[in-house]
Amino acid sequence: MSAAATAVERATRASRIGAWAGGAVLVGACSVPLWSDSGTMRLLVEFFCFLVMAQMWNLLAGYGGLVSIGQQAYLGLGGYLLFALANHAGVNPFLCVPLAGLFAALVAWPTAKLVFRLRGGYFAIGTWAVAEVFRLLLANVATFGGGSGQSLMAMAAIPRAVREPAAYLLALAAAAGAVAAVYLLLRSRHGLALTAIRDSERASESQGIDVAFTKFWVYLVSAAGFGVVGALYYMNILRISPNAAFDVNWSAYVIFIVVIGGIGTIEGPILGTLLFFALRETLAALGSWYLIALGGIAVVVMLYAPGGLWGALAGRFGLQLFPVGRRLRRRQ
Amino acid sequence: MIGWIDTLVQGVLLGGLYAMFAMGLSLIWGVMRLVNIAHGDFILLAAYLALVFGETANLHPLAAAPLVVAAMALLGYWLQRGVINRTLGKGLLPPLLITFGLSVVIQNLLLEIFSADSRALRAERITTGSLQLGDSLAVGWFPLGVFAAAIVLGLALQAVFARSALGRALRATSDDQETVRLVGIDDRRMYALATAIAFALMALAGVFLGMRTSFAPSDGPANLLFAFEAVVIGGLGSFWGTFAGGILLGVAQTVGFRLDPGWGLLVGHFVFLAVLLFRPQGLFPRTR
Amino acid sequence: MSLLATRGLTAFYGDFQALFGIDFELGAGEVAAVIGANGAGKSTFLQSIAGLNAAPRDAVRFDGETLGGEPAHRIARRGVSLVPEGRRLFPSLSVEENLRLGASTRRRGPWTLERVYALFPRLAERRALPATLLSGGEQQMAAIGRALLGNPRVLMCDEISLGLSPAVVKSIYAGLPQLAREGLSLIVVEQDIGTALSVADRVYCLQHGRVSLHGRPAELTREAIARAYFGLAA
Repeated sequence: MSAAATAVERATRASRIGAWAGGAVLVGACSVPLWSDSGTMRLLVEFFCFLVMAQMWNLLAGYGGLVSIGQQAYLGLGGYLLFALANHAGVNPFLCVPLAGLFAALVAWPTAKLVFRLRGGYFAIGTWAVAEVFRLLLANVATFGGGSGQSLMAMAAIPRAVREPAAYLLALAAAAGAVAAVYLLLRSRHGLALTAIRDSERASESQGIDVAFTKFWVYLVSAAGFGVVGALYYMNILRISPNAAFDVNWSAYVIFIVVIGGIGTIEGPILGTLLFFALRETLAALGSWYLIALGGIAVVVMLYAPGGLWGALAGRFGLQLFPVGRRLRRRQ
Repeated sequence: MIGWIDTLVQGVLLGGLYAMFAMGLSLIWGVMRLVNIAHGDFILLAAYLALVFGETANLHPLAAAPLVVAAMALLGYWLQRGVINRTLGKGLLPPLLITFGLSVVIQNLLLEIFSADSRALRAERITTGSLQLGDSLAVGWFPLGVFAAAIVLGLALQAVFARSALGRALRATSDDQETVRLVGIDDRRMYALATAIAFALMALAGVFLGMRTSFAPSDGPANLLFAFEAVVIGGLGSFWGTFAGGILLGVAQTVGFRLDPGWGLLVGHFVFLAVLLFRPQGLFPRTR
Repeated sequence: MSLLATRGLTAFYGDFQALFGIDFELGAGEVAAVIGANGAGKSTFLQSIAGLNAAPRDAVRFDGETLGGEPAHRIARRGVSLVPEGRRLFPSLSVEENLRLGASTRRRGPWTLERVYALFPRLAERRALPATLLSGGEQQMAAIGRALLGNPRVLMCDEISLGLSPAVVKSIYAGLPQLAREGLSLIVVEQDIGTALSVADRVYCLQHGRVSLHGRPAELTREAIARAYFGLAA
């Protein structure tokens, strides 16, 4: 079969439909501040925050093969940077959001050097240990309110009619940006490297892929994402404390979202976040039973349907909304 | 000066408890290269089990201990056999994610059943007596007992692994899971037995923990962290290394607490990070 | 009535089919040689019988009962032992510990540690050493000894000559007929045709996952064997 007889395709019918639908959703989402109320916007900001975290954690674990249960370290750092700059240095809070991402990546740099000395399960616990260290350190710093935290005074200066839509649009941009970034990344040469590493580290190395470097910058990107979310989230709820910001439950929620939604895919985290919020609204009254249910479902999913919800759907119908693969088609 | 010696002694004795936390983690990792993220929560579960025995059957914690150990060993065996064995060999993520899920489930179940209040196991007579060493140094009987128990357990584990048929089978299974079947050994059962032994150790550690200090459902992760740090400081693959790691961690924390109550745990974490930075293989690693 | 037989045995590695229906028979006290080029499926054949590769239920019968589909450790306990390709001794254990592990099949029989040491004196000298410190030939002896201590009724040897000098191979193979005379049945997989034929009562030649030739060594000509081995046209 000669090369001219086949064509390499990226898009599928489902993905083309998905692209149009996604575009429509995005336009609709931009218009939300015009017609919805405060409560809805805050809920959506939270939704976008979880979506970004899910994509970032999935990038790290589902593609990079690095299971971290300590990404909340960067979430907390991002949040505290916001408070540090806005409350104590008079910086515009909205500007702090991208700065938080940058700061998180900067801290992630030396942290990675340390934490990458551990492998597998020990790496996971190591990331948790790091988050704990940050928590304890910040709890001892009086300027930030020590153990009981502090409130975001700087936001009070901005009128509500400006503050809320701005926060919302920033969060929307972060979410859309995260999904787009992950998508473009996976379509690129680097994405191919990641997928190769996920499938077999040894084989990838023998092909010349710098596994260590790839894992390193994936860790940095993921940290930056969590940093941005930290700033966004705490800008939304206006109060921070070390135990809340560095709580391991952040990891718990994100991991469950990605596992149940579908690890190792772009669609999975989106589906997972939708499911998570739907469940939360319905099961809100149950308190800790909510987490117990989530944890139980995640365990069952991992045992019997490791591809998650999206994995099951995509497997059944051969769907791919975000075409990151390449298909060979015979030319007629 | 005496104050510092006292701190040191307290730290060493605390280290005995941490060594006990770490032994189970180290055992499971040594046999099947698995890290159980719910490790600390299972230790806590044991403490709560002892609490239940104490409140319903009016059993002293030490009397309840054999029951707790048996119950936890059975739990560990069936958990491994029924759940975790299925995830082995399927990559890195499933065992970690499943045990993480279990960790969250256990914590929240304990929260629902026992509430967030701190509880403690009633054992005043044992835990408040102390041994006088010289004029101003007093060493509690209980911490001493825990330390001695840790040493005895460490020696027993070492003996089982090095000399018994079971130990041989476990070492062989850890070397080559497939070939071990060719000599008639069921590797799945070996993994389950190893987990049962580890859980028995964790159960005892949990009972001692509950006798030593008050506990709450959210304490599980801290136990895991201490066990993990002890293993990393001491070095992977060596029981006595883990023991030494536990001691060092205990001393670091106790010294830290003496300097400033807010910094106790941090000093321990810093020692762990320092070892990770300067000697990542641990202080007493065993070369395999 | 054969002791061990396979009927239409197939084997897969994922989507790749390695065996396409092997019919094989081994009588009690017989030595069967399975020869073939690299990749013919010889090791896969033994591994399927041993249970390391899942075999269809009715494809393998041992002593009148189904062996296919049983887990490997149970097959070993029923008396079918495999000496795997590459020896695969346990590195954390000493020579003696490796041998003693062989008794985990809990089967009764004539084999004891002393008897294995009598068969392989070199092992007795090195009994306390870590298994990894032995030479290739000594490791092979240890692997065979380990399998023998399981008191099997069928012993399967996968390419035991691999990586060993001709002298060592000769000395190991010299002991095999004696084992057969004492009642042990043997399946020997070999790339070295001469060595295999010298001990075999029956020969099976595999080629691309199929039996290309079988019979008694005396009945087969060199040309026929070469053709079956290499797949050359008549």
